[in-house]
Amino acid sequence: MGALLQVKNAGIQFGGLKAVSGFNMELNQGELVGLIGPNGAGKTTSFNLLTGVYVPTEGDILFNGKRLNGLAPYQVTRSGISRTFQNIRLFSELSVLDNVKVAYHSLAKHSILSSIFRLPSHFSEEKVMEEKSLEFLKIFQLDRYKDEKAKNLPYGQQRRLEIARALAASPKLLLLDEPAAGMNPQETHELMELIAFIRKQFDLTILLIEHDMALVMGICERIYVLDHGQLIAAGSPDEIRNHPKVIEAYLGEEVPSEHA
Amino acid sequence: MEWLQQLINGISLGSIYALIALGYTMVYGIIKLINFAHGDVFMVGAFVGFYAIKGWGLGFFPALLFSMAFCAVFGVLIERIAYKRLRNATRIAALITAIGMSLLIEYGVIYARGAQPEAYPDNVLPSTSFNLFGAQISSQSLFILGVSVGLMIILQFIVHRTKIGKAMRAVSHDMDAARLMGINVDRTISYTFAIGSALAGAAGVIFGVYYTKIEPLMGIIPGLKAFVAAVLGGIGIIPGAMVGGLILGVVESIVSALGFSLWRDAAAFIILILILIFRPSGIFGKNTREKV
Amino acid sequence: MKKINKFWLFLILAVVIYGIGQALIQTGILNAFYSNMLILMIINIILAVSLHLVIGITGQFSIGHAGFLAVGAYVSAIITMKFELPFVLAIIIGGIVAALAGLLVGIPTLRLRGDYLAIATLGFGEIIRIVFLNIEYVGGAAGMMVSNISTWTSAFVCLVITILVISNFTNSRHGRACIAIRENEIAADAMGINTTFYKVAAFAIGSFFAGIAGGLFSHNFYIIQPTNFGFLKSFDILIFVVLGGLGSLSGSVIAAILLTVISTYLQQYPETRMIIYSLVLVVVMLYRPQGLMGTREITDFFGKKKSAKGGN
Repeated sequence: MGALLQVKNAGIQFGGLKAVSGFNMELNQGELVGLIGPNGAGKTTSFNLLTGVYVPTEGDILFNGKRLNGLAPYQVTRSGISRTFQNIRLFSELSVLDNVKVAYHSLAKHSILSSIFRLPSHFSEEKVMEEKSLEFLKIFQLDRYKDEKAKNLPYGQQRRLEIARALAASPKLLLLDEPAAGMNPQETHELMELIAFIRKQFDLTILLIEHDMALVMGICERIYVLDHGQLIAAGSPDEIRNHPKVIEAYLGEEVPSEHA
Repeated sequence: MEWLQQLINGISLGSIYALIALGYTMVYGIIKLINFAHGDVFMVGAFVGFYAIKGWGLGFFPALLFSMAFCAVFGVLIERIAYKRLRNATRIAALITAIGMSLLIEYGVIYARGAQPEAYPDNVLPSTSFNLFGAQISSQSLFILGVSVGLMIILQFIVHRTKIGKAMRAVSHDMDAARLMGINVDRTISYTFAIGSALAGAAGVIFGVYYTKIEPLMGIIPGLKAFVAAVLGGIGIIPGAMVGGLILGVVESIVSALGFSLWRDAAAFIILILILIFRPSGIFGKNTREKV
Repeated sequence: MKKINKFWLFLILAVVIYGIGQALIQTGILNAFYSNMLILMIINIILAVSLHLVIGITGQFSIGHAGFLAVGAYVSAIITMKFELPFVLAIIIGGIVAALAGLLVGIPTLRLRGDYLAIATLGFGEIIRIVFLNIEYVGGAAGMMVSNISTWTSAFVCLVITILVISNFTNSRHGRACIAIRENEIAADAMGINTTFYKVAAFAIGSFFAGIAGGLFSHNFYIIQPTNFGFLKSFDILIFVVLGGLGSLSGSVIAAILLTVISTYLQQYPETRMIIYSLVLVVVMLYRPQGLMGTREITDFFGKKKSAKGGN
């Protein structure tokens, strides 16, 4: 069996500017992989390439052997890649429960007409959506907030809800864009445990962008490093820590050790 | 040589659109608001000019200047009363407020003086027509074109060569950064409204002199079309508004000349929709997209 | 089984209101002027609720709704007056053609956002009006004579259907998808929602009911003219939705009722009416931008739990 995700020489140009180019990556089923790089290195742009927000101007993206280039974001999500955002993007006026239900949207089958005429399929499918969403909230310990508007949750819980929502779309590959941004060490620690837990529970492959080196080095099995839109290194945390190009890219910034 | 004549008519009409479009584009550039009331400032300018000429017997230029000054103050008042509170409001709230202000001005004027139209006297400007390659060209349309171009040149000078112009450009680029750099943002926005409204007032007087008939709802359609012109040229871009206005005026004249005068108003909106679909940033605009 | 209860409550309430209205009209307590106002009120409510789906629920800022009202009005008038087919059929076909017009307008424009979408829909609304202005078959600028056959009963049936369909749509995965688009389009897309599909679907459904309202509208007056459907009409509808509270169905209903009554009484003083309208609009936007109801529904005040719109 081949890799779950294969990125072959992918890149994108905005006008004359090459934001990312020659990006290669392979993710195997069940791996937890980090994507790091200095500010403006093209990390989020790579995520946007993987999720269909941008269409790559060069190269190929294969997921489960299927080509993803040119698919709209919702189609990418339906084929099994789900994501969170660097700046939280919840449906703030919707309840916590409804936020998760939205992610279940494409798993339900009832049509618009079925809902308008309140056919039996509407009731049965909506019931399943409700039950499954509640289960999810329980797993993430968010069930006590279920009727609260998403915007009223504390910051840390909003991040949690965003991950819960991404998982409710039942992905095989989960992309986390700086999940620990704005969190204190205690919250970061809880987040690391949560990531480890969901990976096991849902048999997931996870790719995460992170600035918190301790987090990346601590939980990722492999790490890719981007700088100026180019992949400059890939390997185990130890290899990355001692890689001359990585040290150069982070010149002035110390590449911290695992327990920093 | 019917065509040359239509072209000149189109350019005259287009220069009026351009003068109004400048105000739209400047205001949009600086506070991202489609100032629907702008077309009504144009109407008020036309009436002020009318009363100045007919009532006080002023000549064209004094009336033009008076109307511009009046509209500048009027524009700043609108901004101070209604729009200033909207700085942090949603786009929808801002747009609806602008629509509300537009209706308020229109029906306020009707309430104050009635809905009946007025006619500018036809001797405001000397009207001789001469022959150019077989086309009858009136001195009025050339004069109007000259005044419009003159005003645009003055505007370019203000925007690029003066301190207030520099502040305007800075605020439209990044309001928060400009504030941090010590620019008085509120005052800059007021200046923008003043200049934009003065140009609309000038357009109103020119319109009155050229087309004679003015009435309280006259600002709606030219206002919308001037907005189309601003979008066509790339909203927020000053030369874009001028070019957009001229193109729109010429296209409308051509549509009329082809015998489709009832479709003339539709032409502007069709252009608008085509440009929005195929090049929403306009002729001179740069493409920007929401950051994910 | 709270949902079922709500449904029956709505139906009973509808029957009672209908009965009272019918009785008042039958016994002549309400004269022609007032019964006409009631029908106009229903037309306005249908328009408000249909635009509420587009703006309040899906967050797509359309200000050309009068265009679809015009399509429904003219098409249904053609069917009764030129083809002499039954009124019911005319209303349905008017709605369907308006929905098709909605698709035609929606597919190219709904990729635009915010202000640009607003201006494009305004432009389309004007184009629709100018098209009717130029069709001799429907009388051009002079307008078209239409017989006055809209009744309290026919209007009320249309209203009940409109509210049921739109609230059923809203309270389903489809409605949640639309609200998700309103709240954050990029995230909705990333959650597997075909945003274009839902924006266009909401727009088409909204246009359908605007078309239904158009059928009632043209058969409630003796003549329709292109000037009835200018953008001032679109603004009128917009005001209902905004004043009621973006996202609140009952809010738009209440606002439509209130403003219909106010404008009927001010009919003799059109300038005063417009000045009051515009002042209300500006003052509400400056001091209470969420409108009368915000995103809440009137039922939220009776129920114990406070839930966000589009739940259960």
